[in-house]
Amino acid sequence: MRFTLNGSEVDVDAHPMSRLLDVLRVDLGLTGTKEGCGEGECGACTVLIDGEPVCSCLVPFSQAEGTNVRSIEGLGDDHPLQRLFMDEVGAQCGICTPGMVLAALSVGESPSLSDVQTALAGNLCRCTGYSAIYRAVLKWRGVSPDGASSI
Amino acid sequence: MRTAISELDLRRARTVDDALAMVADGRTPVAGATDVFVALNFGTLRERAFVDIWALRELRDITATGDTLVIGALATYTDAIRSPVVAGWLPMLIEASRQVGGPQIQNRGTFGGNVANASPAGDSLPVFAAVGATIVLRSSNEERRVAFNEFYTGYRATAMRPGELIVAIEVPRVDGRQWFRKVGTRAAQAISKVVAAGVRGDEPRFALGSVGATTVRVPSAEKALRSDDIAGAAAALSAGITPIDDVRSTADYRRRVAVNLLRRFWSDTAD
Repeated sequence: MRFTLNGSEVDVDAHPMSRLLDVLRVDLGLTGTKEGCGEGECGACTVLIDGEPVCSCLVPFSQAEGTNVRSIEGLGDDHPLQRLFMDEVGAQCGICTPGMVLAALSVGESPSLSDVQTALAGNLCRCTGYSAIYRAVLKWRGVSPDGASSI
Repeated sequence: MRTAISELDLRRARTVDDALAMVADGRTPVAGATDVFVALNFGTLRERAFVDIWALRELRDITATGDTLVIGALATYTDAIRSPVVAGWLPMLIEASRQVGGPQIQNRGTFGGNVANASPAGDSLPVFAAVGATIVLRSSNEERRVAFNEFYTGYRATAMRPGELIVAIEVPRVDGRQWFRKVGTRAAQAISKVVAAGVRGDEPRFALGSVGATTVRVPSAEKALRSDDIAGAAAALSAGITPIDDVRSTADYRRRVAVNLLRRFWSDTAD
């Protein structure tokens, strides 16, 4: 089945009931996408399908055909949001980071703190306490974390 | 252990008729897969043959025709959140949708799936119960309608017949103030301990989830509300629900919260 992955057309022969997560990690060797809970609670496996965050552990491969999938590898190694996650120490163990970064890409212009929290509500982090992550996302969107409205 | 996918068979439906033929053959529909794949990941999936209906766009529209809001079975929570029609007709469905999982689940989970999965904790279900929605079922032979409040026949049991697919949920025009509240351990990503929806019109309606085998309305409590007898309504509600102890809560806690939610519904929607 064919779909677009990080801007390139790919053709993968996998069972239609395969998890998109496994197609990325096993068939395509892209291990940036992590598996956490397997029930849509943690968001570690988040990728974007046609720009929308989804849990790749809950997506049948058949539903990826013809879509545009973006995984963390698609950002390259020097995306401004990745750099801010480093600068703000928005990552410790790193398991949540790829999903966190991809989910954060959906945050719009001039977000409030609450907007960022809502966009990241489907991503759990057990290390950072979230504050550093929120700072990174706010700064990426040009908002000073100190002045960010909580409404 | 995860279900071995080599034992599974999934075919994609190109049209609704195609899907109905495959459901008639005993295949289980898969929409956004947010319930089916959790079962797969936990090795509790019982079915082996599936039909993927996700791409059937004609079942995804949300439209208002005359006095009826028609929600396609494949409309997602995100579709509802973004729908001006839902904002105008059924704002409490938007509140409910925002509290389902996180954005990832809202992007894939569908209303048809929430109804079909028949969990007593389904977040959209008290909304459909409170407004007296109708479930539209279609098979290769016929289309029929079942009142939402007669759709569940027991724990995880529905009035659906073999070969039927949920194609839409119809909601009549709602008169009165709408109210929704979910009580869980945190705002996102939590299965509800108690979930409630209410409509305060001439005939007040109040529905609860996670307090019994199915989503419920308690007619005696609603009758007491009609005469503004909140104490009587609280007593009737407490007597009319059957919560259980489980990993998320105790029956006593749920009963108390259910009554508190009823009182809060009544005070929040007072003029």
